[in-house]
Amino acid sequence: MKALKLGAVRVPIILSVLTLITLWLAVAAPSGITTIQVNSNANSTGAAGEAFRFANITAITAQSAWISFGLTAIVTALAWWFSLTARKPSRWLSIGFGVIFVFNILISLFNGQTMTITALLHGSLSLAVPLVFGSLAGVLSERVGLVNIAIEGQLLAGAFVSALVATLVQNPWAGLVGALVAGAFVSWLLAVFAIRYVVDQIIIGVVLNVLIVGLTNFMFSTFMSSNQALFNSPPRMPSIDVPGLSQIPVLGPVFFSQSPIVYLMYFAVAGVWFALYKTRWGLRLRAVGEYPKAADTVGIKVYATRYRSVMIGGALAGLGGAFFTLGQSLAFGKEMTNGAGYIALAALIFGRWNPVYAAFAGLLFGFAENLQYSLSTVGSNVPSDFLLMLPYVLTVVLVAGLVGKVTGPAAAGKAYIKS
Amino acid sequence: MKLELRGITKRFGSLVANENVSLLVQPGEIHCLLGENGAGKSTLMNVLYGLYHADAGEILLDDKVVNFAGPGDAMAAGIGMVHQHFMLIPVFTVAENVILGHEPTKFGGVLDMAAARVKVREISDQFGFDLDPDAIVGDLPVGVQQRVEIVKALISNAQILIFDEPTAVLTPQETDELMAIMKALRERGTAIVFITHKLREVKEVADKITVLRLGKVVGEASPQESANELASMMVGRAVDLEIVKEPAKLGDASFVVSGLSALSHNGTKVLDDVSFEIHKGEILVIAGVQGNGQTELTEAILGLQYKATGSIKLNGEELLGKRVKQVLDMGVGFVPEDRTEDGLVADFTIAENLMLDRADRKPFVSGLNLRLAYLREFATKLVQQYDVRTQSIETKAGKLSGGNQQKVVLARELSRELKLFVASQPTRGLDVGSIEFVHEQIVKTRNSGLPVLIVATELDEAVQLGDRIAVMYRGKIVGIVPSTTPRQVLGQMMAGISA
Ligand SMILES: Nc1ncnc2c1ncn2[C@@H]1O[C@H](COP(=O)(O)OP(=O)(O)OP(=O)(O)O)[C@@H](O)[C@H]1O
Ligand SMILES: [Mg+2]
Repeated sequence: MKALKLGAVRVPIILSVLTLITLWLAVAAPSGITTIQVNSNANSTGAAGEAFRFANITAITAQSAWISFGLTAIVTALAWWFSLTARKPSRWLSIGFGVIFVFNILISLFNGQTMTITALLHGSLSLAVPLVFGSLAGVLSERVGLVNIAIEGQLLAGAFVSALVATLVQNPWAGLVGALVAGAFVSWLLAVFAIRYVVDQIIIGVVLNVLIVGLTNFMFSTFMSSNQALFNSPPRMPSIDVPGLSQIPVLGPVFFSQSPIVYLMYFAVAGVWFALYKTRWGLRLRAVGEYPKAADTVGIKVYATRYRSVMIGGALAGLGGAFFTLGQSLAFGKEMTNGAGYIALAALIFGRWNPVYAAFAGLLFGFAENLQYSLSTVGSNVPSDFLLMLPYVLTVVLVAGLVGKVTGPAAAGKAYIKS
Repeated sequence: MKLELRGITKRFGSLVANENVSLLVQPGEIHCLLGENGAGKSTLMNVLYGLYHADAGEILLDDKVVNFAGPGDAMAAGIGMVHQHFMLIPVFTVAENVILGHEPTKFGGVLDMAAARVKVREISDQFGFDLDPDAIVGDLPVGVQQRVEIVKALISNAQILIFDEPTAVLTPQETDELMAIMKALRERGTAIVFITHKLREVKEVADKITVLRLGKVVGEASPQESANELASMMVGRAVDLEIVKEPAKLGDASFVVSGLSALSHNGTKVLDDVSFEIHKGEILVIAGVQGNGQTELTEAILGLQYKATGSIKLNGEELLGKRVKQVLDMGVGFVPEDRTEDGLVADFTIAENLMLDRADRKPFVSGLNLRLAYLREFATKLVQQYDVRTQSIETKAGKLSGGNQQKVVLARELSRELKLFVASQPTRGLDVGSIEFVHEQIVKTRNSGLPVLIVATELDEAVQLGDRIAVMYRGKIVGIVPSTTPRQVLGQMMAGISA
């Protein structure tokens, strides 16, 4: 046999590099201890599932770093062994490695501090909700053949309209409906320009984002901010405990004692997945995104399918936008989505255009973003620039190394012109 | 169902692709549509199928005028079509492709994939296709993809079936099977329009023949007429169906393949210790049923089979291990098997396609600039020389008729400074006139003292073109024999029995 192909040993090589990082973390580990607290503080709300309490765990940072190094080294060795004996390293190896690696980094970062797991998860989920909705919008749009750069605009429109409508009607649910409509409208604009006027999809997406930012900023400063009570004080959307599920220790309160928008998100992820892969509607949608001409030859209405799917996606992104305001009982603020739409786009690609994977990618990004906040609030001694960088470095390594080659829908970004 | 087209005219800009075309197809009749590349056969069928709207004329089904807004209407009216360029979604499974557009569903639009599989199996068994409903279409060889297209056209119980050059990508055996299917369908009363360039097939199944030239009907013919007559009717001049070539003047063996082996993804041997040599001024034809390692062999030469072992030497220099660009730069001309996938960029113009692999160097570039005037001159010359039927060299390659696309690829590859010429089924999809022309070009290339390697699945082509014939079976070379070998012997070799 000639030289080994690089592709075959990509995973073990990446794992080896990461293992070296854990070695470095162990060698350079500061002396100190990290306290791991599973539940949040005893004096907190005491929601249903909090009844079940775990004792705090204290870990000697250096020791745990060495243990992590040992574990990652073993996993890496296994991966090498698999690859060299011409077998594919199981995906679980990579996932297991990732969990150990992230946990190890967490412990190192929180050295000398208390790390509260439920708080970490809760914060991550909150930050992830708009990302997940946004990436679903991306899935529905790109799967049908339209590149959706305008997720940011859809989120922002959803946030703005939901705050405005909820305040005017004095009903958060009305705000939610408003958000749906707003998101769908933005994506309708995207579709009209991309399909009817065959404008480059990326350009029109960017233009829409700029437009929505300008429009919301303008309206915010002309009437909203000067008259908060009248236009920008959306009523709270009460959170709901799901009977039973919210009793689950640790995870229950995090995932099932939440804003209704979060529950809508669970349904949306499952629903989009089911619709895409199990229904006639989804089959046709994907056909249009892969090879519109072939879809046309079997009588599928290419344009109508594109409009419909993109607009449903936009409506979902609108819901994600509403979470910024209604979900967190906040007033609308200028550019409050803060680039979430672009992160959602990354989650979509990281998730390989699959709604479930994209949702997990959204959670991962939410986790990374939340980490920055929690570390800066506990006052970690790690330089903040490093913290800001970390999630993105990790993402790049993960995407390049473990996900491998990704190919999106073949016709995404291409206009279909009938003769 | 009876089908009638009356006075169909279809224009693309100033180009008249169909002019006042009328056609009558009775139920239970196989009606062959003949014509040169670019004569307008596919266009006419696309009008019938609702993909294009005619500028004038009408379509009648059982004497009633119908108007199709799109293919959906045509399908609903009982028309099925097997397209010249596959209308299959590569990432979908066979079953998903087949049911697309008329999916069996359970409650609320949920796909009933079990029913879909059963349906695919049913039709596929009926015609002895042996299709796996769960296979991903993109992974299947072209011949099998063709079957998927046929099943797709049959599944909605079509009364009128259009076959647009279905046999271009089939092996002789598969072609025979398809003929049998068409005959079976004829028995059931289906009206069939069959487009092909192979006169042998026409003579075998046609009940009626209509010939198109330059968008117009030039006449009807009966299947009894001789192949030569049909050919000259199509092209408008006498055509030589036999290749005349002077005896080979052999130089030294400049292209030597020895002990070439390669594995597929799943570890089976696709090339098994293949060895042969080609002399300068010689055409070696690799014959065999498609899928016996020919594709992998040409890929290995081109540098696309990374895991191949052994040796491939051109003028003493090793090709194995080199990248595609290096191989091409060494003077290997290559015509791939799948022109639309690998040979052309559909969105580029003809001129751009003609300089594709040389766009980065002289004479197309000077300094940092593309020399557009030179490109125009170059492209115009080649388009004329190879008789590419197009309005302008600025036309997008994807808009050309199938046969004309093939000519563009050939023109590009043969217009370079070459040391070796490799072509996989160079005349696939070409009309008889063009085949004559391409064969002449290949023989000319050989006479200029180049080693030439041709992959052929048609025995006729192999025997006529080759100086020697190497027959491949299951990745091995069964034998290398002179082209005077009786066909019967060649046929046996193709089934794996060594001579
Ligand atoms: N969409 C299109 N736009 C512009 N011109 C077209 C288009 N489709 C086909 N043509 C032109 O119309 C003419 C007829 O093409 P058509 O595909 O019908 O030929 P054909 O008889 O099927 O040839 P072949 O045997 O090579 O498949 C050609 O000159 C072709 O370039
Ligand atoms: Mg054609």
